[in-house]
Amino acid sequence: MSVNKKEIVHLAKLSNLYLSEEEIEKYAKDLTEIIDFASMINSVNTDEINETIAANENFNVFRKDQVIPSMDRNLLLQNAPSQDDGMFRIPKVLN
Amino acid sequence: MSLLDYEVIIGLEVHCELSTKTKIYCSCPTTFGAEPNTQCCPICMAMPGTLPVLNEKVVEYAVKAGLATNCKIARNSKSDRKNYFYPDLPKAYQISQFDLPLCYDGFINIETDEGEKTIGITRIHIEEDAGKLNHDEFGRGTFVDLNRAGVPLIEVVSEPDLRSKEEAESYLRKLKSIFEYIGISDCKMQEGSLRADVNVSVRKKGSAKFGTRTEMKNMNSFRSISRAIEYEANRQIEVIENGGIIEQETLRWDDISGKTFSMRDKEEAQDYRYFPEPDLAAIKLSDEYIENIKKSLPELPESRKKRYLLDMNLTEKAAKFVTDSKYFSNLFEEASSICNNPKAVSNWIMSDIARILNEREEEPEDIRFSGKELGELVSLIDKGTISSAIAKKILEEMFENPENPSKIIEKKGWVQISDENAIKEIVNKILEANPQSIIDYKAGKDKALGFLVGQAMKETKGKANPQILNKLFLEGILGDNSVK
Ligand SMILES: [Zn+2]
Repeated sequence: MSVNKKEIVHLAKLSNLYLSEEEIEKYAKDLTEIIDFASMINSVNTDEINETIAANENFNVFRKDQVIPSMDRNLLLQNAPSQDDGMFRIPKVLN
Repeated sequence: MSLLDYEVIIGLEVHCELSTKTKIYCSCPTTFGAEPNTQCCPICMAMPGTLPVLNEKVVEYAVKAGLATNCKIARNSKSDRKNYFYPDLPKAYQISQFDLPLCYDGFINIETDEGEKTIGITRIHIEEDAGKLNHDEFGRGTFVDLNRAGVPLIEVVSEPDLRSKEEAESYLRKLKSIFEYIGISDCKMQEGSLRADVNVSVRKKGSAKFGTRTEMKNMNSFRSISRAIEYEANRQIEVIENGGIIEQETLRWDDISGKTFSMRDKEEAQDYRYFPEPDLAAIKLSDEYIENIKKSLPELPESRKKRYLLDMNLTEKAAKFVTDSKYFSNLFEEASSICNNPKAVSNWIMSDIARILNEREEEPEDIRFSGKELGELVSLIDKGTISSAIAKKILEEMFENPENPSKIIEKKGWVQISDENAIKEIVNKILEANPQSIIDYKAGKDKALGFLVGQAMKETKGKANPQILNKLFLEGILGDNSVK
Protein backbone atom coordinates (compact mmCIF):
# COMPACT_ATOMS: atom_id res chain seq x y z
CA MET A 1 0.00 0.00 0.00
CA SER A 2 1.35 3.41 -0.83
CA VAL A 3 0.76 6.77 0.80
CA ASN A 4 0.66 9.58 -1.73
CA LYS A 5 1.80 13.18 -1.33
CA LYS A 6 -1.74 14.49 -1.13
CA GLU A 7 -2.42 12.31 1.91
CA ILE A 8 0.78 13.53 3.55
CA VAL A 9 -0.30 17.15 3.03
CA HIS A 10 -3.68 16.34 4.56
CA LEU A 11 -2.13 14.55 7.54
CA ALA A 12 0.34 17.38 8.05
CA LYS A 13 -2.49 19.88 8.15
CA LEU A 14 -4.42 17.78 10.69
CA SER A 15 -1.28 17.53 12.81
CA ASN A 16 -0.48 21.24 12.59
CA LEU A 17 2.82 20.47 10.86
CA TYR A 18 4.39 22.58 8.14
CA LEU A 19 6.40 20.40 5.75
CA SER A 20 8.75 21.36 2.96
CA GLU A 21 8.44 19.76 -0.49
CA GLU A 22 11.39 17.46 0.30
CA GLU A 23 9.90 16.43 3.63
CA ILE A 24 6.58 15.61 1.98
CA GLU A 25 8.34 13.26 -0.42
CA LYS A 26 10.44 11.70 2.31
CA TYR A 27 7.44 11.10 4.59
CA ALA A 28 5.38 9.64 1.77
CA LYS A 29 8.14 7.10 1.20
CA ASP A 30 8.73 6.43 4.93
CA LEU A 31 5.05 6.06 5.79
CA THR A 32 4.51 3.68 2.90
CA GLU A 33 7.30 1.52 4.27
CA ILE A 34 5.94 1.67 7.82
CA ILE A 35 2.44 0.68 6.70
CA ASP A 36 3.80 -2.14 4.55
CA PHE A 37 5.78 -3.39 7.51
CA ALA A 38 2.76 -3.30 9.80
CA SER A 39 0.60 -4.91 7.12
CA MET A 40 2.57 -8.12 7.50
CA ILE A 41 0.32 -8.85 10.46
CA ASN A 42 -2.64 -9.15 8.09
CA SER A 43 -1.19 -12.36 6.70
CA VAL A 44 -1.57 -14.14 10.06
CA ASN A 45 -4.52 -16.53 10.19
CA THR A 46 -6.81 -15.38 13.05
CA ASP A 47 -9.80 -17.66 12.39
CA GLU A 48 -9.51 -19.44 15.73
CA ILE A 49 -8.82 -16.35 17.83
CA ASN A 50 -11.43 -14.26 19.67
CA GLU A 51 -11.81 -10.65 18.69
CA THR A 52 -9.61 -8.34 20.77
CA ILE A 53 -10.97 -4.90 21.63
CA ALA A 54 -7.98 -3.58 23.55
CA ALA A 55 -4.24 -4.05 23.54
CA ASN A 56 -4.24 -4.42 27.31
CA GLU A 57 -5.75 -7.59 28.77
CA ASN A 58 -6.98 -5.84 31.90
CA PHE A 59 -10.57 -4.73 31.99
CA ASN A 60 -12.81 -2.69 34.32
CA VAL A 61 -9.99 -0.69 35.83
CA PHE A 62 -12.12 1.83 37.67
CA ARG A 63 -11.75 4.60 40.22
CA LYS A 64 -14.20 5.43 43.01
CA ASP A 65 -16.05 8.72 42.58
CA GLN A 66 -14.23 10.41 45.47
CA VAL A 67 -12.77 13.89 45.29
CA ILE A 68 -9.06 14.40 45.80
CA PRO A 69 -8.33 18.12 46.19
CA SER A 70 -7.01 19.68 43.01
CA MET A 71 -3.46 20.91 42.64
CA ASP A 72 -2.46 24.45 43.53
CA ARG A 73 -3.16 26.70 40.58
CA ASN A 74 0.18 28.47 40.76
CA LEU A 75 1.97 25.15 40.44
CA LEU A 76 -0.14 24.11 37.48
CA LEU A 77 0.39 27.41 35.71
CA GLN A 78 4.07 27.84 36.54
CA ASN A 79 5.30 26.70 33.12
CA ALA A 80 2.70 28.54 31.09
CA PRO A 81 4.41 30.88 28.60
CA SER A 82 1.76 33.49 29.37
CA GLN A 83 -0.98 33.72 31.97
CA ASP A 84 -3.45 36.20 33.36
CA ASP A 85 -6.24 36.06 35.97
CA GLY A 86 -5.35 32.45 36.79
CA MET A 87 -5.79 31.37 33.19
CA PHE A 88 -3.53 30.35 30.33
CA ARG A 89 -3.25 33.26 27.95
CA ILE A 90 -3.00 32.33 24.29
CA PRO A 91 -3.26 34.24 21.00
CA LYS A 92 -6.80 35.27 20.23
CA VAL A 93 -8.97 32.35 19.03
CA LEU A 94 -11.75 33.18 16.60
CA ASN A 95 -14.73 30.89 16.50
CA MET B 1 -43.38 24.48 -4.98
CA SER B 2 -43.84 25.74 -1.45
CA LEU B 3 -42.58 24.97 2.03
CA LEU B 4 -45.44 22.51 2.37
CA ASP B 5 -44.01 20.31 -0.38
CA TYR B 6 -40.96 19.62 1.74
CA GLU B 7 -40.31 17.46 4.74
CA VAL B 8 -37.78 18.50 7.39
CA ILE B 9 -35.55 15.75 8.82
CA ILE B 10 -33.93 16.44 12.18
CA GLY B 11 -31.52 14.42 14.29
CA LEU B 12 -30.11 15.53 17.64
CA GLU B 13 -26.83 14.74 19.33
CA VAL B 14 -27.45 15.65 22.93
CA HIS B 15 -24.54 16.23 25.29
CA CYS B 16 -25.36 15.88 28.94
CA GLU B 17 -22.92 16.52 31.79
CA LEU B 18 -23.16 13.82 34.41
CA SER B 19 -23.51 14.95 38.01
CA THR B 20 -20.69 12.85 39.41
CA LYS B 21 -18.58 14.34 42.19
CA THR B 22 -15.34 13.92 40.24
CA LYS B 23 -14.19 14.15 36.65
CA ILE B 24 -14.24 11.19 34.29
CA TYR B 25 -10.50 10.33 34.32
CA CYS B 26 -9.13 12.07 37.43
CA SER B 27 -10.33 12.87 40.97
CA CYS B 28 -10.77 16.64 40.53
CA PRO B 29 -14.17 18.01 41.60
CA THR B 30 -16.76 19.04 39.00
CA THR B 31 -18.47 21.92 40.84
CA PHE B 32 -19.82 24.52 38.44
CA GLY B 33 -18.64 28.11 38.67
CA ALA B 34 -15.35 27.65 40.58
CA GLU B 35 -12.44 30.07 40.11
CA PRO B 36 -10.61 29.36 36.82
CA ASN B 37 -8.20 26.41 36.87
CA THR B 38 -8.80 25.60 40.54
CA GLN B 39 -10.38 22.21 39.76
CA CYS B 40 -7.47 20.84 37.81
CA CYS B 41 -4.58 18.46 38.18
CA PRO B 42 -1.79 17.23 35.91
CA ILE B 43 -4.15 14.59 34.42
CA CYS B 44 -6.95 16.89 33.26
CA MET B 45 -4.37 19.45 32.16
CA ALA B 46 -2.67 16.79 30.02
CA MET B 47 0.78 17.09 31.54
CA PRO B 48 3.19 14.59 29.93
CA GLY B 49 3.37 11.22 31.64
CA THR B 50 -0.07 11.33 33.26
CA LEU B 51 -2.54 8.49 32.90
CA PRO B 52 -6.37 8.51 33.02
CA VAL B 53 -8.39 6.15 35.24
CA LEU B 54 -12.11 5.79 34.52
CA ASN B 55 -14.63 6.89 37.19
CA GLU B 56 -16.93 3.91 37.90
CA LYS B 57 -19.89 6.23 38.52
CA VAL B 58 -19.69 7.45 34.92
CA VAL B 59 -20.26 3.92 33.64
CA GLU B 60 -23.12 3.43 36.09
CA TYR B 61 -24.82 6.72 35.10
CA ALA B 62 -24.43 6.02 31.38
CA VAL B 63 -25.93 2.56 31.80
CA LYS B 64 -28.80 4.13 33.77
CA ALA B 65 -29.38 6.55 30.90
CA GLY B 66 -29.32 3.65 28.46
CA LEU B 67 -31.79 1.54 30.43
CA ALA B 68 -34.15 4.49 30.94
CA THR B 69 -34.21 5.06 27.16
CA ASN B 70 -34.76 1.40 26.24
CA CYS B 71 -31.22 0.87 24.94
CA LYS B 72 -29.30 -2.36 24.74
CA ILE B 73 -26.24 -2.32 26.98
CA ALA B 74 -22.92 -3.42 25.51
CA ARG B 75 -21.26 -6.30 27.39
CA ASN B 76 -17.94 -5.27 25.83
CA SER B 77 -17.08 -1.65 25.38
CA LYS B 78 -13.96 0.51 25.10
CA SER B 79 -12.69 4.07 24.82
CA ASP B 80 -11.19 5.72 21.76
CA ARG B 81 -9.23 8.86 20.97
CA LYS B 82 -10.81 11.51 18.81
CA ASN B 83 -7.99 13.67 17.49
CA TYR B 84 -8.26 17.38 16.78
CA PHE B 85 -6.54 20.60 17.73
CA TYR B 86 -8.40 23.22 19.64
CA PRO B 87 -7.10 25.25 22.57
CA ASP B 88 -9.89 24.07 24.90
CA LEU B 89 -8.68 20.47 24.48
CA PRO B 90 -5.36 20.17 26.31
CA LYS B 91 -4.41 16.68 25.10
CA ALA B 92 -5.20 17.54 21.45
CA TYR B 93 -7.51 14.54 21.56
CA GLN B 94 -10.76 13.87 23.33
CA ILE B 95 -11.28 10.50 24.97
CA SER B 96 -14.62 9.30 23.65
CA GLN B 97 -16.11 6.08 22.31
CA PHE B 98 -16.18 5.21 18.64
CA ASP B 99 -17.32 1.77 17.51
CA LEU B 100 -18.31 0.18 20.82
CA PRO B 101 -20.53 2.63 22.72
CA LEU B 102 -21.90 1.60 26.13
CA CYS B 103 -25.54 1.77 25.01
CA TYR B 104 -27.19 1.37 21.60
CA ASP B 105 -30.51 0.72 19.80
CA GLY B 106 -32.89 2.49 22.14
CA PHE B 107 -35.97 4.68 21.81
CA ILE B 108 -38.21 7.08 23.68
CA ASN B 109 -41.80 8.07 23.06
CA ILE B 110 -42.73 11.70 22.61
CA GLU B 111 -46.06 13.43 22.39
CA THR B 112 -46.94 15.14 19.12
CA ASP B 113 -50.08 16.73 17.71
CA GLU B 114 -50.81 13.43 15.97
CA GLY B 115 -50.40 11.41 19.16
CA GLU B 116 -47.50 9.43 20.55
CA LYS B 117 -44.42 8.95 18.36
CA THR B 118 -41.37 6.74 18.85
CA ILE B 119 -37.97 8.33 18.32
CA GLY B 120 -35.03 6.00 17.89
CA ILE B 121 -31.84 6.41 19.85
CA THR B 122 -28.86 5.20 17.87
CA ARG B 123 -26.37 5.15 20.73
CA ILE B 124 -25.23 6.64 24.02
CA HIS B 125 -21.52 6.89 24.70
CA ILE B 126 -19.31 8.39 27.41
CA GLU B 127 -16.70 11.06 26.81
CA GLU B 128 -14.94 14.01 28.43
CA ASP B 129 -15.96 17.64 28.17
CA ALA B 130 -13.50 20.30 26.95
CA GLY B 131 -12.29 23.39 28.82
CA LYS B 132 -13.64 26.88 28.38
CA LEU B 133 -12.19 29.68 26.29
CA ASN B 134 -12.77 33.21 27.51
CA HIS B 135 -12.44 35.86 24.87
CA ASP B 136 -11.12 39.15 26.03
CA GLU B 137 -12.99 42.20 24.82
CA PHE B 138 -9.84 44.34 24.85
CA GLY B 139 -8.12 42.07 22.36
CA ARG B 140 -5.45 40.92 24.83
CA GLY B 141 -5.92 37.35 23.70
CA THR B 142 -7.92 34.30 24.69
CA PHE B 143 -7.89 32.88 28.22
CA VAL B 144 -8.10 29.17 28.87
CA ASP B 145 -9.89 27.75 31.92
CA LEU B 146 -9.63 23.96 32.17
CA ASN B 147 -12.04 23.39 35.08
CA ARG B 148 -14.54 21.83 32.69
CA ALA B 149 -11.92 19.73 30.89
CA GLY B 150 -12.57 16.14 31.88
CA VAL B 151 -16.09 16.66 33.24
CA PRO B 152 -17.99 13.51 32.25
CA LEU B 153 -20.51 13.66 29.43
CA ILE B 154 -22.84 11.26 27.77
CA GLU B 155 -23.64 11.88 24.13
CA VAL B 156 -27.07 10.67 23.08
CA VAL B 157 -27.44 10.31 19.32
CA SER B 158 -30.97 10.13 17.95
CA GLU B 159 -32.08 8.55 14.71
CA PRO B 160 -33.17 11.11 12.10
CA ASP B 161 -36.79 10.51 13.17
CA LEU B 162 -37.79 14.05 14.08
CA ARG B 163 -39.89 15.91 11.53
CA SER B 164 -40.49 19.39 12.95
CA LYS B 165 -39.06 21.86 15.42
CA GLU B 166 -41.93 20.97 17.75
CA GLU B 167 -40.95 17.30 17.68
CA ALA B 168 -37.30 18.21 18.27
CA GLU B 169 -38.26 20.29 21.30
CA SER B 170 -40.57 17.61 22.62
CA TYR B 171 -37.81 14.99 22.25
CA LEU B 172 -35.26 17.13 24.03
CA ARG B 173 -37.68 17.95 26.85
CA LYS B 174 -38.48 14.28 27.29
CA LEU B 175 -34.82 13.32 27.38
CA LYS B 176 -34.10 16.12 29.88
CA SER B 177 -36.97 15.00 32.06
CA ILE B 178 -35.85 11.34 32.01
CA PHE B 179 -32.29 12.27 32.97
CA GLU B 180 -33.57 14.45 35.80
CA TYR B 181 -35.78 11.64 37.08
CA ILE B 182 -32.96 9.13 37.15
CA GLY B 183 -30.70 11.71 38.76
CA ILE B 184 -27.70 11.46 36.46
CA SER B 185 -27.52 15.15 35.53
CA ASP B 186 -28.93 18.47 36.66
CA CYS B 187 -29.60 19.21 32.97
CA LYS B 188 -29.21 22.97 33.40
CA MET B 189 -29.20 24.30 29.89
CA GLN B 190 -28.16 27.81 30.90
CA GLU B 191 -25.07 26.37 32.58
CA GLY B 192 -24.34 24.24 29.53
CA SER B 193 -24.85 20.92 31.28
CA LEU B 194 -27.35 19.98 28.57
CA ARG B 195 -26.67 21.05 25.00
CA ALA B 196 -27.37 19.70 21.56
CA ASP B 197 -25.86 19.47 18.10
CA VAL B 198 -28.71 19.76 15.65
CA ASN B 199 -28.64 18.06 12.23
CA VAL B 200 -31.11 19.36 9.67
CA SER B 201 -31.89 18.30 6.13
CA VAL B 202 -34.93 18.66 3.86
CA ARG B 203 -36.41 16.52 1.11
CA LYS B 204 -39.41 16.65 -1.17
CA LYS B 205 -42.38 14.90 0.39
CA GLY B 206 -42.65 11.35 -0.83
CA SER B 207 -38.95 11.09 -1.55
CA ALA B 208 -37.27 8.16 0.19
CA LYS B 209 -33.77 9.59 0.00
CA PHE B 210 -32.47 11.95 2.70
CA GLY B 211 -31.17 15.33 1.60
CA THR B 212 -27.70 16.58 2.52
CA ARG B 213 -27.60 17.65 6.15
CA THR B 214 -25.99 20.54 7.92
CA GLU B 215 -25.05 20.57 11.58
CA MET B 216 -25.37 23.33 14.16
CA LYS B 217 -23.23 22.71 17.20
CA ASN B 218 -23.59 23.47 20.91
CA MET B 219 -27.11 24.84 21.06
CA ASN B 220 -28.16 25.39 24.65
CA SER B 221 -31.68 26.71 24.74
CA PHE B 222 -35.00 25.34 23.53
CA ARG B 223 -35.74 28.67 21.92
CA SER B 224 -32.57 28.87 19.85
CA ILE B 225 -32.86 25.24 18.79
CA SER B 226 -36.36 25.84 17.60
CA ARG B 227 -35.49 29.07 15.78
CA ALA B 228 -32.35 27.56 14.25
CA ILE B 229 -34.25 24.57 12.86
CA GLU B 230 -36.87 26.80 11.31
CA TYR B 231 -34.32 29.15 9.79
CA GLU B 232 -32.06 26.38 8.50
CA ALA B 233 -34.90 24.34 6.97
CA ASN B 234 -36.22 27.41 5.15
CA ARG B 235 -32.73 28.34 3.98
CA GLN B 236 -32.15 24.86 2.56
CA ILE B 237 -35.52 24.82 0.78
CA GLU B 238 -34.77 28.20 -0.75
CA VAL B 239 -31.36 27.03 -1.98
CA ILE B 240 -32.91 23.93 -3.56
CA GLU B 241 -35.81 25.87 -5.09
CA ASN B 242 -33.28 28.21 -6.70
CA GLY B 243 -31.51 25.27 -8.26
CA GLY B 244 -28.62 25.18 -5.79
CA ILE B 245 -27.24 22.27 -3.79
CA ILE B 246 -26.80 21.94 -0.03
CA GLU B 247 -23.25 21.43 1.14
CA GLN B 248 -22.64 19.16 4.09
CA GLU B 249 -21.10 21.51 6.61
CA THR B 250 -21.03 22.70 10.19
CA LEU B 251 -22.88 25.94 10.75
CA ARG B 252 -22.85 28.42 13.55
CA TRP B 253 -26.21 29.67 14.76
CA ASP B 254 -26.21 33.32 15.74
CA ASP B 255 -28.97 34.06 18.21
CA ILE B 256 -28.84 37.81 17.73
CA SER B 257 -29.20 37.98 13.96
CA GLY B 258 -31.28 34.79 13.89
CA LYS B 259 -29.19 33.31 11.07
CA THR B 260 -26.78 30.43 10.50
CA PHE B 261 -23.25 31.04 9.26
CA SER B 262 -20.82 28.73 7.58
CA MET B 263 -17.78 27.83 9.72
CA ARG B 264 -15.02 27.79 7.14
CA ASP B 265 -11.86 25.83 7.81
CA LYS B 266 -13.62 23.18 9.85
CA GLU B 267 -14.43 20.75 7.02
CA GLU B 268 -10.99 19.26 6.80
CA ALA B 269 -10.71 18.95 10.57
CA GLN B 270 -13.66 16.52 10.51
CA ASP B 271 -11.14 13.74 9.97
CA TYR B 272 -10.76 12.70 13.59
CA ARG B 273 -8.56 9.62 13.07
CA TYR B 274 -10.20 7.67 15.91
CA PHE B 275 -8.14 4.88 17.40
CA PRO B 276 -8.46 2.75 20.56
CA GLU B 277 -7.31 4.59 23.69
CA PRO B 278 -4.24 2.64 24.81
CA ASP B 279 -4.19 4.24 28.27
CA LEU B 280 -7.56 2.80 29.33
CA ALA B 281 -8.69 -0.75 29.85
CA ALA B 282 -11.78 -2.20 28.17
CA ILE B 283 -15.15 -2.17 29.94
CA LYS B 284 -16.91 -5.51 30.43
CA LEU B 285 -20.36 -5.48 31.99
CA SER B 286 -22.00 -8.56 33.44
CA ASP B 287 -25.73 -9.32 33.28
CA GLU B 288 -25.79 -9.08 37.04
CA TYR B 289 -24.30 -5.56 37.02
CA ILE B 290 -26.86 -4.40 34.47
CA GLU B 291 -29.71 -6.09 36.31
CA ASN B 292 -28.75 -4.34 39.56
CA ILE B 293 -28.78 -0.96 37.89
CA LYS B 294 -32.13 -1.74 36.32
CA LYS B 295 -33.50 -2.46 39.79
CA SER B 296 -32.16 0.80 41.14
CA LEU B 297 -33.97 2.96 38.56
CA PRO B 298 -36.66 5.19 40.06
CA GLU B 299 -40.17 5.44 38.67
CA LEU B 300 -40.03 7.12 35.27
CA PRO B 301 -42.33 9.91 34.02
CA GLU B 302 -44.47 7.65 31.85
CA SER B 303 -45.37 5.43 34.77
CA ARG B 304 -46.03 8.43 37.04
CA LYS B 305 -48.28 9.89 34.39
CA LYS B 306 -50.35 6.72 34.25
CA ARG B 307 -50.69 6.75 38.02
CA TYR B 308 -51.81 10.39 38.02
CA LEU B 309 -54.43 9.65 35.37
CA LEU B 310 -55.81 6.51 36.98
CA ASP B 311 -55.36 6.94 40.73
CA MET B 312 -55.47 10.70 41.12
CA ASN B 313 -57.96 11.57 38.39
CA LEU B 314 -55.91 14.24 36.70
CA THR B 315 -56.75 15.20 33.13
CA GLU B 316 -54.40 14.06 30.36
CA LYS B 317 -53.15 17.61 29.99
CA ALA B 318 -52.50 18.07 33.71
CA ALA B 319 -50.80 14.68 34.10
CA LYS B 320 -48.48 15.44 31.19
CA PHE B 321 -47.69 18.95 32.41
CA VAL B 322 -46.87 17.84 35.92
CA THR B 323 -44.73 14.84 34.90
CA ASP B 324 -42.76 16.77 32.27
CA SER B 325 -40.51 17.92 35.09
CA LYS B 326 -39.28 15.80 37.96
CA TYR B 327 -39.37 18.90 40.14
CA PHE B 328 -43.03 19.59 39.35
CA SER B 329 -43.87 15.94 39.81
CA ASN B 330 -42.18 15.73 43.23
CA LEU B 331 -43.80 19.00 44.29
CA PHE B 332 -47.16 17.66 43.14
CA GLU B 333 -46.84 14.35 44.99
CA GLU B 334 -45.75 15.90 48.26
CA ALA B 335 -48.37 18.65 48.18
CA SER B 336 -51.18 16.25 47.23
CA SER B 337 -50.32 13.91 50.08
CA ILE B 338 -50.73 16.83 52.49
CA CYS B 339 -53.91 18.49 51.23
CA ASN B 340 -55.55 15.46 49.61
CA ASN B 341 -56.63 17.57 46.67
CA PRO B 342 -54.44 16.58 43.69
CA LYS B 343 -56.66 18.34 41.21
CA ALA B 344 -56.22 21.70 42.96
CA VAL B 345 -52.47 21.15 43.32
CA SER B 346 -52.10 20.39 39.61
CA ASN B 347 -54.10 23.50 38.77
CA TRP B 348 -51.82 25.65 40.89
CA ILE B 349 -48.77 24.17 39.19
CA MET B 350 -50.15 24.58 35.69
CA SER B 351 -51.45 28.10 36.12
CA ASP B 352 -49.92 30.31 38.78
CA ILE B 353 -46.66 28.49 39.47
CA ALA B 354 -45.89 28.12 35.76
CA ARG B 355 -46.79 31.77 35.18
CA ILE B 356 -44.60 33.05 38.02
CA LEU B 357 -41.66 30.90 36.85
CA ASN B 358 -42.11 32.31 33.40
CA GLU B 359 -42.13 35.88 34.71
CA ARG B 360 -39.02 35.22 36.78
CA GLU B 361 -37.37 33.42 33.83
CA GLU B 362 -36.78 30.44 36.09
CA GLU B 363 -37.12 26.69 35.71
CA PRO B 364 -39.06 24.28 37.97
CA GLU B 365 -35.79 23.26 39.68
CA ASP B 366 -35.37 26.86 40.89
CA ILE B 367 -38.49 26.72 43.08
CA ARG B 368 -37.35 27.16 46.67
CA PHE B 369 -40.47 26.14 48.56
CA SER B 370 -41.43 22.50 48.89
CA GLY B 371 -44.56 20.43 48.43
CA LYS B 372 -45.20 20.85 52.14
CA GLU B 373 -45.81 24.58 51.77
CA LEU B 374 -47.85 24.19 48.59
CA GLY B 375 -49.97 21.48 50.21
CA GLU B 376 -50.63 23.70 53.19
CA LEU B 377 -51.63 26.57 50.92
CA VAL B 378 -54.24 24.42 49.17
CA SER B 379 -55.52 23.13 52.54
CA LEU B 380 -55.97 26.69 53.78
CA ILE B 381 -58.14 27.49 50.75
CA ASP B 382 -60.12 24.29 51.14
CA LYS B 383 -60.79 25.05 54.80
CA GLY B 384 -61.95 28.55 53.88
CA THR B 385 -59.21 30.23 55.91
CA ILE B 386 -58.08 32.21 52.88
CA SER B 387 -59.61 33.15 49.54
CA SER B 388 -57.90 32.12 46.34
CA ALA B 389 -57.09 35.78 45.70
CA ILE B 390 -55.08 35.83 48.93
CA ALA B 391 -53.58 32.44 48.11
CA LYS B 392 -52.16 33.92 44.92
CA LYS B 393 -50.50 36.68 46.91
CA ILE B 394 -49.10 34.12 49.36
CA LEU B 395 -47.73 32.07 46.50
CA GLU B 396 -45.94 35.11 45.08
CA GLU B 397 -44.47 35.66 48.53
CA MET B 398 -43.42 32.00 48.76
CA PHE B 399 -41.29 32.49 45.65
CA GLU B 400 -39.56 35.45 47.32
CA ASN B 401 -39.32 34.10 50.86
CA PRO B 402 -40.04 30.39 51.06
CA GLU B 403 -41.95 30.14 54.35
CA ASN B 404 -45.02 28.42 55.72
CA PRO B 405 -48.16 29.95 54.21
CA SER B 406 -49.63 30.37 57.70
CA LYS B 407 -46.54 32.28 58.77
CA ILE B 408 -46.85 34.53 55.74
CA ILE B 409 -50.54 35.12 56.47
CA GLU B 410 -49.73 36.04 60.05
CA LYS B 411 -46.90 38.36 59.06
CA LYS B 412 -48.89 40.15 56.38
CA GLY B 413 -52.24 40.09 58.19
CA TRP B 414 -53.92 38.33 55.27
CA VAL B 415 -56.42 36.19 57.20
CA GLN B 416 -59.75 35.97 55.45
CA ILE B 417 -62.58 37.92 57.04
CA SER B 418 -65.37 35.45 57.74
CA ASP B 419 -67.07 37.45 60.45
CA GLU B 420 -70.56 38.10 59.07
CA ASN B 421 -71.10 41.31 61.00
CA ALA B 422 -67.88 42.83 59.74
CA ILE B 423 -68.69 41.88 56.18
CA LYS B 424 -72.25 43.09 56.47
CA GLU B 425 -70.99 46.56 57.28
CA ILE B 426 -68.97 46.64 54.09
CA VAL B 427 -71.82 45.22 52.03
CA ASN B 428 -74.17 47.88 53.24
CA LYS B 429 -71.69 50.61 52.48
CA ILE B 430 -71.22 49.38 48.94
CA LEU B 431 -74.90 48.87 48.28
CA GLU B 432 -75.58 52.44 49.40
CA ALA B 433 -72.94 53.78 47.05
CA ASN B 434 -74.21 51.78 44.07
CA PRO B 435 -78.01 51.98 43.86
CA GLN B 436 -77.92 51.51 40.08
CA SER B 437 -76.40 48.06 40.50
CA ILE B 438 -79.31 47.00 42.66
CA ILE B 439 -81.75 48.11 39.99
CA ASP B 440 -79.68 46.38 37.31
CA TYR B 441 -79.56 43.14 39.22
CA LYS B 442 -83.27 43.19 39.86
CA ALA B 443 -83.76 43.79 36.12
CA GLY B 444 -82.00 40.52 35.47
CA LYS B 445 -78.43 41.67 34.90
CA ASP B 446 -76.51 39.06 36.90
CA LYS B 447 -73.26 40.81 36.18
CA ALA B 448 -74.19 43.56 38.60
CA LEU B 449 -73.66 41.17 41.51
CA GLY B 450 -70.18 40.36 40.34
CA PHE B 451 -69.42 44.05 40.18
CA LEU B 452 -70.59 44.57 43.76
CA VAL B 453 -68.60 41.60 45.06
CA GLY B 454 -65.57 42.98 43.22
CA GLN B 455 -66.02 46.32 44.97
CA ALA B 456 -66.13 44.60 48.34
CA MET B 457 -63.01 42.59 47.54
CA LYS B 458 -61.24 45.79 46.61
CA GLU B 459 -62.34 47.38 49.84
CA THR B 460 -61.05 44.42 51.90
CA LYS B 461 -57.94 43.84 49.78
CA GLY B 462 -59.28 40.43 48.82
CA LYS B 463 -59.68 39.29 52.40
CA ALA B 464 -63.46 38.93 52.56
CA ASN B 465 -64.84 35.41 52.36
CA PRO B 466 -66.43 35.29 48.89
CA GLN B 467 -69.23 32.89 49.84
CA ILE B 468 -70.37 35.11 52.70
CA LEU B 469 -70.07 38.21 50.51
CA ASN B 470 -72.29 36.67 47.87
CA LYS B 471 -74.85 35.60 50.40
CA LEU B 472 -75.01 38.99 52.11
CA PHE B 473 -75.22 40.93 48.86
CA LEU B 474 -78.11 38.79 47.69
CA GLU B 475 -79.92 39.26 50.99
CA GLY B 476 -79.28 42.98 50.76
CA ILE B 477 -80.52 43.37 47.21
CA LEU B 478 -83.56 41.15 47.57
CA GLY B 479 -85.19 43.37 50.14
CA ASP B 480 -83.64 42.31 53.38
CA ASN B 481 -83.96 44.82 56.19
CA SER B 482 -80.43 46.13 55.80
CA VAL B 483 -81.29 48.27 52.78
CA LYS B 484 -83.71 51.09 53.01
ZN1 LIG C 1 -7.86 16.58 37.30
